[in-house]
Amino acid sequence: MKAYSENYFQKTGMERPLAPRETRWREGWRLLKRNRLAFAGLVIFILFFLIALAGLFLTSGTKPVFDPAVVRLEEKLRPPLSNAKLEILSSDRVPRLGLYLFGTDELGRDVFSRMLQGAWVSLTVGFVAVGIAVLIGILLGGISGYYGQNAMRADQIFLGAVLLLSGGLVLMGITFFGVVLLCVGGVLLVFFQWVKKRASKGVETAWTRFLWMRAISIDTLIMRFVDIMLCFPSFFLILTVVALLPASIYNIMIVIGLTSWMGTTRFVRAEFLSLRDQDFVTAARALGVSNWRIIFRHMIPNAIAPVLVSATISIATAILTEAGLSFLGLGVPPPHATWGNILSDGKNFIFDAPWLTFIPGVAILIVVLSFNLFGEGLRDILNPRLRERS
Amino acid sequence: MIEKNNSSDGPLLKVKGLRKHFPVRRGFLQRIKGWVKAVDGVDVDIFRGRTLGLVGESGCGKSTIGRLILKLLEPNEGKILYKGRDISGMTQNEVKPLRKEMQIIFQDPFGSLNPRMTVGQSIEEGLRTLGVKNHGERKVRVSQLLEMVGIAPEAADFYPHEFSGGQRQRIGIARALSVEPSLIVCDEPVSALDVSIQSQIINLLKELQNRLGLCYLFISHDLNVVGYMSDTVAVMYLGHIMEYAAADELYDHPLHPYTLALLSAVPSPDPDHRRAQPVLMGDVPSALNPPPGCKFQGRCPLVEDRCRRKEIEVYQVSPEHQVRCWKVA
Repeated sequence: MKAYSENYFQKTGMERPLAPRETRWREGWRLLKRNRLAFAGLVIFILFFLIALAGLFLTSGTKPVFDPAVVRLEEKLRPPLSNAKLEILSSDRVPRLGLYLFGTDELGRDVFSRMLQGAWVSLTVGFVAVGIAVLIGILLGGISGYYGQNAMRADQIFLGAVLLLSGGLVLMGITFFGVVLLCVGGVLLVFFQWVKKRASKGVETAWTRFLWMRAISIDTLIMRFVDIMLCFPSFFLILTVVALLPASIYNIMIVIGLTSWMGTTRFVRAEFLSLRDQDFVTAARALGVSNWRIIFRHMIPNAIAPVLVSATISIATAILTEAGLSFLGLGVPPPHATWGNILSDGKNFIFDAPWLTFIPGVAILIVVLSFNLFGEGLRDILNPRLRERS
Repeated sequence: MIEKNNSSDGPLLKVKGLRKHFPVRRGFLQRIKGWVKAVDGVDVDIFRGRTLGLVGESGCGKSTIGRLILKLLEPNEGKILYKGRDISGMTQNEVKPLRKEMQIIFQDPFGSLNPRMTVGQSIEEGLRTLGVKNHGERKVRVSQLLEMVGIAPEAADFYPHEFSGGQRQRIGIARALSVEPSLIVCDEPVSALDVSIQSQIINLLKELQNRLGLCYLFISHDLNVVGYMSDTVAVMYLGHIMEYAAADELYDHPLHPYTLALLSAVPSPDPDHRRAQPVLMGDVPSALNPPPGCKFQGRCPLVEDRCRRKEIEVYQVSPEHQVRCWKVA
C-alpha cells in the first residue's frame, strides 16, 4: 500500500478519505489482542494444530518416532513420568527418551504416543466434518436465499423426487431398483418435454395446468427440509447411521458433516435475504453484473463472517461428537487411537490408573474450550455492533 | 402529452399505463390476501438532456417507478418504451445490453457501496459490463471517473467506510457513470445528506448533466430540490400522478389540492410569511385495497360525492399541464 502524503490531497483540492487508515485485518488483530480469552483460544488452537500435525508424522510410518502400537504387557498401567524398566524390555520396545510421559495403559502402550495419534483424528474429523457442513450450508442456504422466491412447478418437484430417490437407492446398494427408477426418471423427463412442446401449440388442459402448478417455492422446500432434519436428535441419528455403515474415520467425518449443516444453511439464507435487498446488490444488478458474480463477489464475502463464527464453534462440537462416538465404541476402529477410545478404555481402570481418563478428558476439554472461546471472540470482532465501546 | 422538447426523435423514455401491484401473502399457505397498488397507471415522458422530477410523500410509489424503469422489478401492466423499444416485457437476458444505458443513484450512501470492495473495485464492476477487459485501462478509467466527481483518484484503493456520506454519494455517482449511461434514476440522492453537502451533490449532478447530456429521473420528497433540478415535475400520491407540468408552470400555477398543500408546507425563509392553506392532516392512507374514486379523497378539502364514486381521469389544462382532478380543471 502506497503512503498518501497529507498534502497530496490538499494540493489537488479534491476530497480525501476522512477516516484513519487501517486495514480490516490489522483492526481485527488489534481487537483480538485486546480480547484475552479469544486470543488464548487462538494460541491453543494453533498449538493444537501444530501438535496434531507433528503427531501425524511422529506416529506413522514403518518405524515411527513415537510408536502408539507397541504392547508391553510387563509395563502396564505405569503412572505418568515413570521411567521405562530398560532391563526387561527388548531394545525395539523401549519408548523414546526411556520415559512414559503420560504413563501406559492396560496393554502397556505409551499413552503419550496414543494421544499424539488421536490429536490428528480429532483435528481432521473436526475440520472435514465442518467443511462438509459449511459447503452444504452455503450451497443450500445460498440457493434458498437468492433464488428462493422462484416457485417450483409440480412436474419439477416430481422429477426431482424420482431422481433423488433413485440416486439414493443406487448409493445404498439396491442397484436394481435404483437403475429402474433412474430409467423411469429419464422417461418422465422426455415425457414432460413432449407435453410442454405439445402445449406450446395452444393445447392447455386441466392435466397440464396441474403439471405446471406453481406449487411451492424453492425457499419453502429447502427450509422445511432443514426443519425435518433438525427434528431428529442428531446424536442418535449419527449412532444409527454409524451402526449401519462400516466403521472408519472417513464415514464418521461424512456422517457428522451430513447431520450438522442445518445451522449454517439458516445463517446463510438469513444473510442472503438481507443482502439481496441492499442497495449495493441492487446497484450491481443495475450494472448488469451476472448472478454468479453477484453471489460470489458481492454477497458471500459479506455473508461469510457469521458462517465462519458458527463453523469455529461447530468444530468443537464435531470433535466432541467424534470423542463421544469413539467412547461408545462406534467411532474409529480400535487399533487406531483416538481421544475418545483412550478415554473409553481408561474408564475401567479409573481408580487404579486415573491418568488414563484424565489426560484425554482434559485434552478434549482444552481443545473444545479454546475453539469456543476463539469462535466467540471472532464473533465480537466481526460484528461491530457487539463490540464494546472503549 | 407535454411537448416541451420538439426534437424529432421524441422522448428518450416513454412510460404508458405502468402498473405494479405487490401481492400481500398471509397465513401458512401464503395465500394472496390483497394487493398493494404501488404504481397504478402512470404515464410520463423523459426527454434527452432533461430532468423529470417525481415528488410525493413516503410510500407513494416514487421509488417503485424508478426500479420498474430499470427493470429491477417486473411491471404487472403497461409499457416502458426506451428509444421506442418496449422493454417492459423483456427477460433479464434481453435487458442486459440496455443495462449500460440506464443507471441508478441511491438514497443511502452507506448501503449503496459494497463494504468488502475498494471504491475502485466497485466502480470497475461497471467497466466490466462495458467490456473494458484490460486491467490497466480499467484503472485509468476509474481515476478519470473519480476526478469527474471531485474525488482524488488515489481514493480508489480505499474502502467505503473510510469516506464521509457526501463522498460516498459522489462515489455512487461515479459508479453509475462508469457505464456511460444516457439516463440516471436518482432515487432521493440528497435526502440522507446534510444541507451543505446536498447543494454540492445537486450542483455536481447539474454540472454532469450539462457536460454529458444526461437525462435524470429525479425522485425526491423535497419540493425545493425538485424545483431546482427539474424541467418537468410529476406529483405522485398513492400510485397515481396527480399533477404533471413543466416545473415553472407547476410552481407558479399549482392546481391540484394536493400540490397546493405540498407547496404550502414548504418552509419559507421569510418569518412573516403566512401559510395560505392549512397543512394536510393525517398520514397517507395504506395503499392496500384503497377505496374507489379519487385516491386523495380522504384528505382533500374540496372533496364531494362524485370524488368517491368513480376514478377521476386526467385533464389536460394546457399543453404543458395535466391534472387529475375534475374540480380544478
